[in-house]
Amino acid sequence: MAELTRTIKYEADRVPGFGREVMSVPGCEALESCIQCGTCSGVCPLSIYMDYSPRQVMALTRADFKNEVLRSHTIWLCASCYSCTVECPRQIRITDIMYELKQRAIKEEIYPKKFTIPVLAKEFYKMAHSQGRVTENILATLMFLKTNWLAAMGQWKLGLGLLLRGRFSLKMESIKRKDELNRMLTTVDNLSIDSLTDGRSAPKKGSH
Amino acid sequence: MKYSYFPGCSLKGTGRAYEESLLPVFRAMDIELEELEDWNCCGATAYMAVDEVKACVMASRNLAIAEKAGHKELVAPCNACYLVLNKTKHYLHESPSVKRVIDAALKQGNLTYTGNVPVRHPLDVLVNSVGLDEVKKRVKQPLKGLKVAPYYGCQIVRPYSTFDDQYNPTTMDRLLEALGATVVTYPLKTRCCGGSLTGTLPEPGLLCSYILLKEAIKRGADVVATICPLCQFNLDGYHDKIEAKWESVRIPTVYFSQLMGLAFGLPAQELGLHRGFVPMKSLPAQTVAA
Amino acid sequence: METKKQDVRIGFYVCHCGHNIASMVDCPAVAKYAEKLPGVVLSRDYKYMCSDPGQELIAQDIREHKLNRVVVASCSPLLHEHTFRGATEKGGLNPFYFHMVNIREHNSWVHTDREEATAKAKDLTRAAVERVAHHRALEVKKVPIHPDVLVVGGGIAGIHAAMTLAKAGKKVYLVEREPSIGGHMAKFDKTFPTLDCAACILTPKMSEVGAHKNITLWTYSDVIKMDGYVGNYTVTVKRKPRYINEDLCTGCQECISSCVFKEPKFADEFNENLGKRKPVYIPFPQATPQVVLIDPDVCLNFKRGVLTDKCKKTCVEACGEKKAIDFKQTEKLEEIKVGTIIVATGFKTFEAERIPQYGYGRYPNVYTALEIERLVNASGPTAGDVVMRNGQHPKSIGIIHCVGSRDKKTNRWCSRVCCMYSMKLAHLLKEHTEAEIYNFYIDMRTPGKGYEEFYDKLLTEGVHFVRGRVGEVTDWAFTPEEEGKLVIRVEDTLAGYVRRIPVDMVVLSTGLEPHTDSQDVRRLFNMSCGSEGFFLERHPKLAPVNTFTDGIYLAGCCQGPKDIPDTVAQAGAAAAEAMVLIDKGFVEQEPNTAFILETECSGCKSCIPLCPYSAITFVEERKTATINEALCKGCGTCVGACPSGSIVQNLFEDEEIFSEIEGVLVQ
Repeated sequence: MAELTRTIKYEADRVPGFGREVMSVPGCEALESCIQCGTCSGVCPLSIYMDYSPRQVMALTRADFKNEVLRSHTIWLCASCYSCTVECPRQIRITDIMYELKQRAIKEEIYPKKFTIPVLAKEFYKMAHSQGRVTENILATLMFLKTNWLAAMGQWKLGLGLLLRGRFSLKMESIKRKDELNRMLTTVDNLSIDSLTDGRSAPKKGSH
Repeated sequence: MKYSYFPGCSLKGTGRAYEESLLPVFRAMDIELEELEDWNCCGATAYMAVDEVKACVMASRNLAIAEKAGHKELVAPCNACYLVLNKTKHYLHESPSVKRVIDAALKQGNLTYTGNVPVRHPLDVLVNSVGLDEVKKRVKQPLKGLKVAPYYGCQIVRPYSTFDDQYNPTTMDRLLEALGATVVTYPLKTRCCGGSLTGTLPEPGLLCSYILLKEAIKRGADVVATICPLCQFNLDGYHDKIEAKWESVRIPTVYFSQLMGLAFGLPAQELGLHRGFVPMKSLPAQTVAA
Repeated sequence: METKKQDVRIGFYVCHCGHNIASMVDCPAVAKYAEKLPGVVLSRDYKYMCSDPGQELIAQDIREHKLNRVVVASCSPLLHEHTFRGATEKGGLNPFYFHMVNIREHNSWVHTDREEATAKAKDLTRAAVERVAHHRALEVKKVPIHPDVLVVGGGIAGIHAAMTLAKAGKKVYLVEREPSIGGHMAKFDKTFPTLDCAACILTPKMSEVGAHKNITLWTYSDVIKMDGYVGNYTVTVKRKPRYINEDLCTGCQECISSCVFKEPKFADEFNENLGKRKPVYIPFPQATPQVVLIDPDVCLNFKRGVLTDKCKKTCVEACGEKKAIDFKQTEKLEEIKVGTIIVATGFKTFEAERIPQYGYGRYPNVYTALEIERLVNASGPTAGDVVMRNGQHPKSIGIIHCVGSRDKKTNRWCSRVCCMYSMKLAHLLKEHTEAEIYNFYIDMRTPGKGYEEFYDKLLTEGVHFVRGRVGEVTDWAFTPEEEGKLVIRVEDTLAGYVRRIPVDMVVLSTGLEPHTDSQDVRRLFNMSCGSEGFFLERHPKLAPVNTFTDGIYLAGCCQGPKDIPDTVAQAGAAAAEAMVLIDKGFVEQEPNTAFILETECSGCKSCIPLCPYSAITFVEERKTATINEALCKGCGTCVGACPSGSIVQNLFEDEEIFSEIEGVLVQ
């Protein structure tokens, strides 16, 4: 007999204020005007793989269902092709909202443990911060080692192919003035962002 | 003519062939691309997924260095770099509070940013600033009979479409025609290739690339021309996996600069054509060392 | 008669306007302040001055306290100046001894600091009190209304308005820019929700218009100039040359059959360029007037619109005795005088090419709704056979709602009729073909009488309704069933899946927008327009057919998208409003005219060319200028321009204005 799950959502499942928080990032206020037309899902090339369609993620975000949204696969499947943002009849910056949700999920560590995309993002971030540049093959190797090193085995042919064609290098690329970059990035941490950004913690986005 | 040049991490790594073909082609057009001094990674899509303000700092450092270099404009061949740099410029222009944070960060490196260096794509520079007549002058071996599917990818026309139509860009089409090639009608010219998903979540990412390759073959193309290193990697590097999942869609994917190089009579070896997984067949009417 | 300063007895009233004023202005304090002002013998504050008791209060006080000036501080004069002047008159005082102060729209409604708002109210009060002392008694001006009416636009709105007025015995000029009246309604096949044949219900009305003795029908004509003011408009109409004498043409169409072009070759505008016509043509069979016309851009007798007379002219031969064809015809300018004008210029449809994602213009089998109307119509280019541009009959059709509408990138508004007409087209296409039909919508808007029931009916007919705004229409096929078809990619939001639906034909339900030249038209008629470009009504709820210019009315879609029942209702309303003026015969105008002090006039003639109403003339014998009060509209231009200051304007005399300024500036 199949497992039955009860799918009702109670008000207690909501995280009041989550939607407002997401919308308070400048440029994302337009989410208020969403009419749930579904154009975003209609043009999104990845929507056919998503558990919640982009439209549903917008509805869930607006309705404060934080846990459902941050645990969805949708935000990680977004390839930032910007089709949705360009087609939305209310000019909602959907891609930027997806980025914001990704940032929150990473900050709160809400994603499946060995999920490749957030792991890749974090490794990319670390490498870019410390070296100033990203060496793709090292990055890819790190990602496989941290998620599923068996899958790394499956990439041997690709790796070999790249090596033979001179596109494979394990020499870590870096910039000369690494500590300059480090200082610049840590300045951001130390600055009281709120006081400088009028209470908003992300860049202001104008409409385009 | 000298332009500042931002290669980006890809063009020094898996996308070497792009730089290898771009620099000689620009030289042939009497333009020197001066690599930005101590440039750092732009952040691409991954950095933005972790911390948006810091991503702006990463990009701004490059913009500030470009201003210091003193050249009129900055050329960024990779679509992702192009988008990130332009996006950051937009943010800095529209949000005084973000600018304050960035200025404070840049000061740590004795850098400033005033916003007077535009970031342009080499396609834009070649066709709109230099002009197709100049390109035509240097064509020694027109690519007659070569059918090309022009693939632009997404981030060069979305969300900002600065130099071409958002739904039906034609800059590369016109360039390819100026080289003597036949451009096939390709409705998927701006559809996403899957981006970094091909490496992280194979099935959805590969499907995007598979669709693009299948349609290019259907429309009668001999080769797909790209302008972004990640697009080239996705369309060129995963044929085994695509064949295993769906069917074989082996069609070579090259950079537009490689085609330009061929038309200019530069030797194929120097253009990095041997670096692709699917070799480009001989051009009709001439041989190409693949 | 000049009242001496000490004889001035002013009654001052400040209105609370419920909360509107009282919430921000301390009215009792203002009343107390006014008590002490020079000339004020009585000062009150009251909750609702415009109410009957409020007005009665003014009348009573005038009688009891022998007031000879009244000031009310309340809302905008646009709203109640008339009311209070009436009350003043009722009390036995000349109404122009009344002055009104706006402490609502100019004060309480726009400020948030109570102290400052109250101080401002006091300043304005003082200004008014100082001014009103200088007011003089004046008589209201009566302007006669010319009984004729101009109706601009011959669609269903213009037709209905013209007929209503003609039946009431008024003489109407109906000017239409196309060669025939009928507008967009003449193109429709059936109308929702009754599925009446559009032509069947429209053409009787068109014939009536054509035949009515009170209607002068000028088609293929444009209004190019309008001068004057309410009751006295002078309009210039340009009648474009048809190269046919309308009075002589019988509409036999022999000329068309015998044209040197054996087959029609040129794009047929009436059939949305789906069919072809000859250089000499009649727009559609039921055209009114039943007169053909010749297109000089393609007729062989012309070259680039200029007569060369090089053609065989078989048409003239066929016309024979009637001799109706006149190649030498030129455009004619007609000048008419009317008292009122009804603007019913209609709409244009959104150009589908502006949304390239839907493929209009790129894929041949993508159509607009109007094109489908012609395709299913029995008198259309294919006699009602729904055959696509590639010659095939569609087995599946996708109808996309909201094309161009409800979108910040194109038009933000909802065009109101598209859901209904999309369903109507679904029904008609089901009747004419055996195709599977899909309607893709965001919301189903069915607000009218019988509209929801129509939606029910469609649901029972097996049309597939998919709630989702279509992302794209594309021709690249992913599965074998999609080969050779147009694929619609959409999220079926109700079922919860993204779908790819291959269809043979796509219909775009384009929205309604203002005409391309609506800005020129509105300037011609001195009208305002909203931010979307539709002409602006005086009040969206209470005055939907009036404009801010007296004597000019609106009807139909030029005021905003609407269906036929609402259009006809508005046309009747506009006709009624026009009749109000015509039947009364005159309109009362503010006596704010200017007059010249002859003793001061130096005869320099600077004022004469400045007057926009040509009201000033020079009297040779006296070597001074004089103003015709009947023509003067009180714009004040001559008053300001006169170098010797010898022109005075009633209600805006120098003393009145200067004392008002002094009153405001008092600390």
